[in-house]
Amino acid sequence: MECQECHERPATLHFTQIVNGKKHEIRVCEVCAKEKGYVSYPEEGYSLHNLLAGIFNIDTSNIDNPAFQQQVKELKCPACGMTFTQFKQVGKFGCAHCYDAFSSKLDPILKRVHAGNTKHSGKIPKRTGVDLQAKKQLNTLKKELQHLIETEAFEEAAKVRDKIKALEKELQQPEGGDHS
Amino acid sequence: MTLEHFMDEAISPWMREDGPDSDIILSSRIRLARNLANTPYPLFAEEEKLEKVKGFFQDNFTHTSLGNYKNFEFIPIRDLSAIEKKVLVEKHLISPHLTKHTQESAVLISENEQVSIMINEEDHIRIQLYFPGQQLRLALDNAFRVDDWLEEKITYAYDEDKGYLTTCPTNVGTGMRASVMMHIPALVMTRQINRMMPAISQLGLVVRGIYGEGSEALGNVFQISNQITLGKSEEDIVDDLESVVNQLVELERNARSLIMKESGIALEDRVYRSYGTLAYSRIIESKEASSCISNVRLGIDLGIIENTSRNILNELMVLIQPGFLQHYAKKTLSTNERDVLRSSLIRERLQLGK
Repeated sequence: MECQECHERPATLHFTQIVNGKKHEIRVCEVCAKEKGYVSYPEEGYSLHNLLAGIFNIDTSNIDNPAFQQQVKELKCPACGMTFTQFKQVGKFGCAHCYDAFSSKLDPILKRVHAGNTKHSGKIPKRTGVDLQAKKQLNTLKKELQHLIETEAFEEAAKVRDKIKALEKELQQPEGGDHS
Repeated sequence: MTLEHFMDEAISPWMREDGPDSDIILSSRIRLARNLANTPYPLFAEEEKLEKVKGFFQDNFTHTSLGNYKNFEFIPIRDLSAIEKKVLVEKHLISPHLTKHTQESAVLISENEQVSIMINEEDHIRIQLYFPGQQLRLALDNAFRVDDWLEEKITYAYDEDKGYLTTCPTNVGTGMRASVMMHIPALVMTRQINRMMPAISQLGLVVRGIYGEGSEALGNVFQISNQITLGKSEEDIVDDLESVVNQLVELERNARSLIMKESGIALEDRVYRSYGTLAYSRIIESKEASSCISNVRLGIDLGIIENTSRNILNELMVLIQPGFLQHYAKKTLSTNERDVLRSSLIRERLQLGK
């Protein structure tokens, strides 16, 4: 198949363009694709940013387009001032509070980067995470209790229930107890 | 000054010890990325804020000790010469990134060079630990100890749901990169490694050259590390990496004995030719040197060459790098001068290794 623009070289790029809901098949060679602006090549190789932008599935060619920017209701981190658009461009967060500010749009990105995962299940800080550790333990115990009840191991279940009660009491204390 | 002591030896003290499987596994590394809760991340923060972070570490951790990790030296990167920076990178004590953002960056290095804590890298804190051989689990336990030790004085950026909050979304969660440096010449010779790479990447692991991202596998040394940091615990990530690494070790051993059996004389020829090149050449490029060193090390592991220390690979791999050569010469060298000095240093080391 020959290129629909120059009718000389073979068409190596095929894509579908949708304008006002109408489909157009485009078959061009690489030279024409570049000339007519169907594709744009990065100036200096392929940077990590391009790669990340690719992962985030963002069309970077539109980012400088003011109309496009207005379409997106801009999220902005109140602590460092980074906008979601900026974040997508650089692929880095400005500060810890950005995670909160962009939380509504973050999970799809994290899913792509971390094989579908969005929730941490690893270490909890030792000093500041005392409450969280207790909470995690509580969840584990609750699951255990459920399991024990289902298997009718009531004696064991009673023990676990007591542990849960004790732990819940601890958690209710203000400041999460002493952790010096 | 203690900086000298980090600069003058090509191999770090911990490398002199043997670890499990250290005929194939050169080192195990754990890196943890951490940030302060209320300071903007280094790439975006104002200079004075980063200066404060740096000052905090200098004041609180200079010459402190934690167990075996004694007498941490605090080194501001901007105080180093270009050659000194290169040497620390070649010894894997700091990252190339740290040397590019020198104004406010620093590093704390333990006396035995097993732990380095980079300050104001891409993240505020990057904790890094090395162990000889396959000791990922031990490295992880110790990394947690260092982490808890720092956390006594620092409030980390942490979220119940997302874990440790890092600058780059690719590190969020555990903030951990576990990696293993492997010398697998037989898997390269038999071209098995190329076929294995896609399978390894499907398990969420990456295979790279010796100096990390985008670098070539010089001297048949590969780095294998985890890619995913969110959704799995540190222990599970290390378990997954360990199981792949253990398989690779077994495959490498099988490939080595197969080559010995099927073409022992050809292998012996290759090992001795490389030894000859290292022992007698007068000009040698780093690429050629790397491949010869790899062959000689294989010869040592298989008992073809006797009375030479295994450590020679670890040591020569650093010794032949441009930064170290120039530090040794105490001046900047042209490529040609480096190739001459490299060959003379290698000859000297081979003599000492006897």
